[in-house]
Amino acid sequence: MNTTAVSDEDTHEEHHDHGLSDIGYIKIALILAVLTAVEVATYFWDFGILEVPSLLILMVVKFQIVVSYFMHLKFDSKVFSYIFVTGVILAMLVFAAMGTSMVFWQNPSGCDISAFC
Amino acid sequence: MSEIVQDSATQIAYGRTDWDDHHHLPTNTGLTNEKVTMWAFLGSDCLLFGALISTYLLLRNRVGPSTSGPTAADLFDIPFTSVSSFVLLMSSLTMVLAVTAIQRADMETCKLWLLTTAGLGSIFIAGQVYEFTSFYREGLGFTTNISSSAFYTLTGFHGVHVSLGIVMLVTMWALVSGGQLGPERAETIEIIGLYWHFVDIVWIVIFAVVYLIP
Repeated sequence: MNTTAVSDEDTHEEHHDHGLSDIGYIKIALILAVLTAVEVATYFWDFGILEVPSLLILMVVKFQIVVSYFMHLKFDSKVFSYIFVTGVILAMLVFAAMGTSMVFWQNPSGCDISAFC
Repeated sequence: MSEIVQDSATQIAYGRTDWDDHHHLPTNTGLTNEKVTMWAFLGSDCLLFGALISTYLLLRNRVGPSTSGPTAADLFDIPFTSVSSFVLLMSSLTMVLAVTAIQRADMETCKLWLLTTAGLGSIFIAGQVYEFTSFYREGLGFTTNISSSAFYTLTGFHGVHVSLGIVMLVTMWALVSGGQLGPERAETIEIIGLYWHFVDIVWIVIFAVVYLIP
């Protein structure tokens, strides 16, 4: 038995189910590079009130692209997505819990703008 | 399809085995235990980094009542860190190319991409060592103030993760080179790849939240 017995057509079909081709991954990396360049541009140019929201959006988009394509969550079992998303949600809850215990509850005037808001 | 002969290597590489006609592995979930375990580990590691990032955000502007000195944010070299972020991002591409190479039983290409990934990771770590050294020379030690402690703990933990990833990649390269890891165990490289991509996404968050957001 040898692997060459698998037809090219079959291999192509499986790749389609399991992920992208090498060229597809290179395109994804180029998109990530462009998004990173836009992120860095916010340091050199003043984006005003849009700076923080745009950085957060870019961060989420990059995170989503890497997780979906490079980590194959888009193509893999949903069980993996549930496990990982649970971890991410718990991490955000940790952030919220620490925020409330260390900032909101200790500052009688409300939210500490310099640290949080 | 039924006429095509498939060997066990290709079957496992694409999640298929001939021990079950429905293409499921003999586990309760139908998934390999190793992969489920890695995802569970990554999910739990989110909590670690969630706590460290939260701590840094809460302490980033505080130097403490009896301490002084600069904060890390005063000393950031954004162009330099941008380059090392780009290097780590591109290492995710080379990692996924190593996975696809071993899945199609192209061992030489797999070895090349594994070494490239380890090399890019090493460049990132070298950049972090340079950054830490320059910060220290400018008066920002680990115990200078609570802001610096939070910064070094967060980025240091990430650096340790990257370093462990490099060790795993070099180990994989040695196993593939020695013929001890072939296409029939492509999932092993995929699992190491999951870890590597995870350290990349953690850096995506750290780079935006710690370095770029004022």
